[in-house]
Amino acid sequence: MAVCIAVIAKENYPLYIRSTPTENELKFHYMVHTSLDVVDEKISAMGKALVDQRELYLGLLYPTEDYKVYGYVTNSKVKFVMVVDSSNTALRDNEIRSVSAGDWRTTPGWWMFRKLHNSYTDVMCNPFYNPGDRIQSRAFDNMVMSMMIQVC
Amino acid sequence: MVTPLSASPRPLPAGGDWPQLQRVRGVGPGFFCDTLNMSPTQWDFPVELCCRPMAFVTLTGLDVVYNAVHRAVWDAFCANRRADRVPISFKVLPGDHEYPKCRPKRTSYEWYIPKGILKTGWMNKHLNLVPALVVVFYELDWDEPQWKEKQSECATRVEIVRQSLQGRNTKVAVVLIQKKTPLPPGEDVIASERAAALCNACELSGKSLFVLPHTDHLVGYIIRLENAFYEHAQTYYYTEIRRVKSHKEFLNKTTHQLLFVRHQFKIAFFSELKQDTQNALKCLWIDDVWANRYLIVGICRLCFQHNTPLDAIAQFRKHIDLCKKKIGSAELSFEHAAWMSKQFQAFGDLFDEAIKLGLTAIQTQNPGFYYQQAAYYAQERKQLAKTLCNHDASVMYPNPDPLETQTGVLDFYGQRSWRQGILSFDLSDPEKEKVGILAVQLKERNVVHSEMIITLLSNAVAQFKKYKCPRMKSHLMVQMGEEYYYAKDYTKALKLLDYVMCDYRSEGWWTLLTSILTTALKCSYLMAQLKDYITYSLELLGRASTLKDDQKSRIEKNLINVLMNESPDPEPDCDILAVKTAQKLWADRVSLAGSNVFTIGVQDFVPFVQCKAKFHAPSFHVDVPVQFDIYLKADCPHPIRFSKLCVSFNNQEYNQFCIIEEATKASEVLENLTQGKMCLVPGKTRKLLFKFVAKTEDVGKKIEITSVDLVLGNETGRCVVLNWQGGGGDAASSQEALQAARSFKRRPKLPDNEVHWDSIIIQASTMIISRIPNISVHLRHEPPALTNEMYCLVVTVQSYEKTQIRDMKLTAGLKPGQDANLTQKTHVTLHGTELCDESYPALLTDIPAGDLNPGEQLEKTLYVRCGTVGSRMFLVYVSYLINTTVEEKEIVCKCHKKTHPKGVVLQTGESASECFCLRCPSVGNVEGGVATGHYIVSWKRTSAMENIPVISTVITLPHVIVENIPLHVNADLPSFGRVRESLPVKYHLQNKTNLVQDVEISVEPSDAFMFSGLKQIRLRVLPGTKQEMLYNFYPLMAGYQQLPSLNINLLRFPNFTNQLLRRFIPTSIFVKPQGRLVDDTSIAAA
Repeated sequence: MAVCIAVIAKENYPLYIRSTPTENELKFHYMVHTSLDVVDEKISAMGKALVDQRELYLGLLYPTEDYKVYGYVTNSKVKFVMVVDSSNTALRDNEIRSVSAGDWRTTPGWWMFRKLHNSYTDVMCNPFYNPGDRIQSRAFDNMVMSMMIQVC
Repeated sequence: MVTPLSASPRPLPAGGDWPQLQRVRGVGPGFFCDTLNMSPTQWDFPVELCCRPMAFVTLTGLDVVYNAVHRAVWDAFCANRRADRVPISFKVLPGDHEYPKCRPKRTSYEWYIPKGILKTGWMNKHLNLVPALVVVFYELDWDEPQWKEKQSECATRVEIVRQSLQGRNTKVAVVLIQKKTPLPPGEDVIASERAAALCNACELSGKSLFVLPHTDHLVGYIIRLENAFYEHAQTYYYTEIRRVKSHKEFLNKTTHQLLFVRHQFKIAFFSELKQDTQNALKCLWIDDVWANRYLIVGICRLCFQHNTPLDAIAQFRKHIDLCKKKIGSAELSFEHAAWMSKQFQAFGDLFDEAIKLGLTAIQTQNPGFYYQQAAYYAQERKQLAKTLCNHDASVMYPNPDPLETQTGVLDFYGQRSWRQGILSFDLSDPEKEKVGILAVQLKERNVVHSEMIITLLSNAVAQFKKYKCPRMKSHLMVQMGEEYYYAKDYTKALKLLDYVMCDYRSEGWWTLLTSILTTALKCSYLMAQLKDYITYSLELLGRASTLKDDQKSRIEKNLINVLMNESPDPEPDCDILAVKTAQKLWADRVSLAGSNVFTIGVQDFVPFVQCKAKFHAPSFHVDVPVQFDIYLKADCPHPIRFSKLCVSFNNQEYNQFCIIEEATKASEVLENLTQGKMCLVPGKTRKLLFKFVAKTEDVGKKIEITSVDLVLGNETGRCVVLNWQGGGGDAASSQEALQAARSFKRRPKLPDNEVHWDSIIIQASTMIISRIPNISVHLRHEPPALTNEMYCLVVTVQSYEKTQIRDMKLTAGLKPGQDANLTQKTHVTLHGTELCDESYPALLTDIPAGDLNPGEQLEKTLYVRCGTVGSRMFLVYVSYLINTTVEEKEIVCKCHKKTHPKGVVLQTGESASECFCLRCPSVGNVEGGVATGHYIVSWKRTSAMENIPVISTVITLPHVIVENIPLHVNADLPSFGRVRESLPVKYHLQNKTNLVQDVEISVEPSDAFMFSGLKQIRLRVLPGTKQEMLYNFYPLMAGYQQLPSLNINLLRFPNFTNQLLRRFIPTSIFVKPQGRLVDDTSIAAA
């Protein structure tokens, strides 16, 4: 179960960020923001390879004591960041290991990001949405909420 | 474990992590956490654990103070102890030094109940007190005359050392310091005899007797010596390991769990002393249980030493996961946090140490994370201490001090001082327990947590900086700032927060920025820092702030209070004492009437007033007033009034015309808010129109708005000058403008003279251009112009101005910027009567043309002479002065008008021809041909005036090549032939010389023709006679065909070649296909 889901613009400002209401929102904002260090580094390390690939699952960005932060970047450099409770068994280390083994398309983490990406694409397809604006979409909200509740 | 003061038993961790320990009475998972008050630095790990242990060897019999030789020996042992030397720590002691006593051996452990895992002094004892080897230095040469006496003295010294060791297994060695270099072994008979005797007397094996000649090669001997010592030390530690292992056999697995731990630890420690780190690691890894808080540091250090950082990290994680859940006594839970913090810090230190020794860390795995986590636990400790240790001031520290022990130190690691040696938790003395806890809590209350937290955070900052984590670094700096705020060091807090603010602002993380600003506002309030207070308020009221409206209202009210020279209300959640101090400071600020104007540059933040300047046009004529609008919008919750707005330009003379000011009393700021143009209503765009007349000197220049200043408050009280550089815009507006430009959203219609903020585009500069001239300029001429002609151009200027034109000037000639050669070959003059030469310019500038009254017209004639053929652009430019009035101001305008007659092409019209016959004297072959002379045409246009001079155009005639031809040949042949129809060809040969010509003629056959006639002949042509040759060619193929070639060879003139001949006679002919009959069936069919 995700505790925080964020969409970050190409320029690194938040387009959308939602966390479990029961916890300190600011903490997650900081967590997502600091994770961009790793995202930036991973993207620049990949360089041109990223351009060729249509989207990219960045895997585990960094672990904290209580949470794990995962990242995903689209071909238009929009980033998705997901914070998962460390105690969550759905996204355990063994799955992260399988990511490094190259079989990452089968991991639930990737599928969650896929779902998020699809939903984001729907938002972008809305002719009334101006790319770069903060996302205010009920459909996207509902999707994010479902991912934050459901144990995937 | 059941804590003494809580009734409910603590739940055990899931799984069987502690099965064996449970059976040991009183030792539960909480045991290792139950550590307290070991020393002033109670949370530090024993230093012995954190450093790499080395074998301990003592040297006796050395007088390092008075004896130079001994001093040199000692120095050689101590100096340059680099990594390539064996790991020994040396100490010089007197021969009769008392070593720690060895406890009598236990023969049975049956009744022995251990009091703890490890005594606190044990590691120190084996590192610094009990040597592995004692070396006795003695000065004795083999040829010593008083050998007997010396030998027995040496034996006595060895005996004394043995006694002082009292049954320990420590090895003893003797080193003889000798003046002479020894002979090679076996050669010195006396030496071997005496050595054997000495060993016998001292009860030493031969391996423990060494000779140290005091010669040039001292260091070399010393290194050999210490290598030998090292071997002895290793043997010692090996026997110690064997000894400890032998104890294990006596142990009872149920009651002696602690002893198992102790022995295992001792084995590991001796192994490490023996530098057998692999074995040490193996011993420490036997069971997770062993990985208690002390051991983990040792394990991780060894892992790093073996360059297996991942093992170290994994081991540490495993250990932390285990520890995390074992909080221990609830009243003392801050101790758990303190421990956790210490563990993370120690791990971070070890990691960092390993990196310094060459380990490579990465962005996601660097010591910074451990320092950060350590800081997190330190923060937690602070929180817990705050709630648990908030005793009333009247609560006295218990007397006698339960944390005091008789020796001042704890006997065993990890035990409560008031429970020394007691392993049962059967609440033998609940009162004692209670007092003990109180003492610990009161002690904790005095701890300066913030300092620790800040140190850890700054350690982490340094690491993250190294590993390219700028955002993490900023986040930690925010935390540091907040911690300084809690520690009431508001200056430092503000410095840090202010430093990182721009990072969050530039990346548009408004929630985070707002949170930081809120803390910063509190700091500036508490220090009564006016400028900072105002700056942060401005931004917290702005559109980047995510504060709720009630908060914004409160801040706005405070801001207005400050501007009215009053004190603001305190910020919420501030320390009460600090607020009291702050209120005094604010009161002082009020009474101090001084410079209270604060200019704040807004380009680096997002204030609550936005500004955009826009010139109405990208350029203005100088006789039209320059107009521009300043748009203002406030984002605060309540209307706000400003007292002054001024605009500055690059030409400061205009500044005075662009000021809006309203003399308001300070108290009026709140009144009449919705009226007047000085009031900004939240969300509404206010437009302020400015106009001024540009100076005539600025014609052709750019007028730029360099800044816009908006003054809030009153200059007599306090006021803030918001300063926008250029035409407005702040830290967030460029991104907003970009988004607005991308947007296709239709904006709702607004009432007249209202505009959408997003639709306003800043235009901060305009050009001043000259007045539109009210004259016409006509040009009359008759193209084309001819080369060298004095071409006439008539310029007519007609004035339509209402007043007199003064000082009219004309510039005419070749338009600059064309081919440079044209400038050389074009000349302009006002006088057509004489031909102009090279000295005349291509462009005549500023020809005075005098004044011109309204409606009048002026004509000017120009002559242009062009030396080369080609297209030229000419330019006629008229400028004049005129007095005009703009906005009741009289200005002198300079107007000008340009005209370009296009493309003056030089060309010929009709053609006339003339024919001359030239006779060339026979000169033989002239190189380059014969010149035929010049052709001069003198001419003048029919339209040209009388006085225009006649032009002579000289044409150089071409050179011709003259050749001598001895035999003229020409051919008579029809213009075409037809396939299979006879084609008669007659060649005429004429001798024009005075000589008889011998001629050889031959005709080469051709595929395309059959022919009849003389194929090869030799004949003679007399002077002045002709010879004819007739051939009948019969074409075989249609098309353009090569004729059978005629070759002529003149015997007298070998120079006469066929090439020359071919110039006179045709070489090919067109052959038409055979004609068809008219009634051909094929035609009918077609």
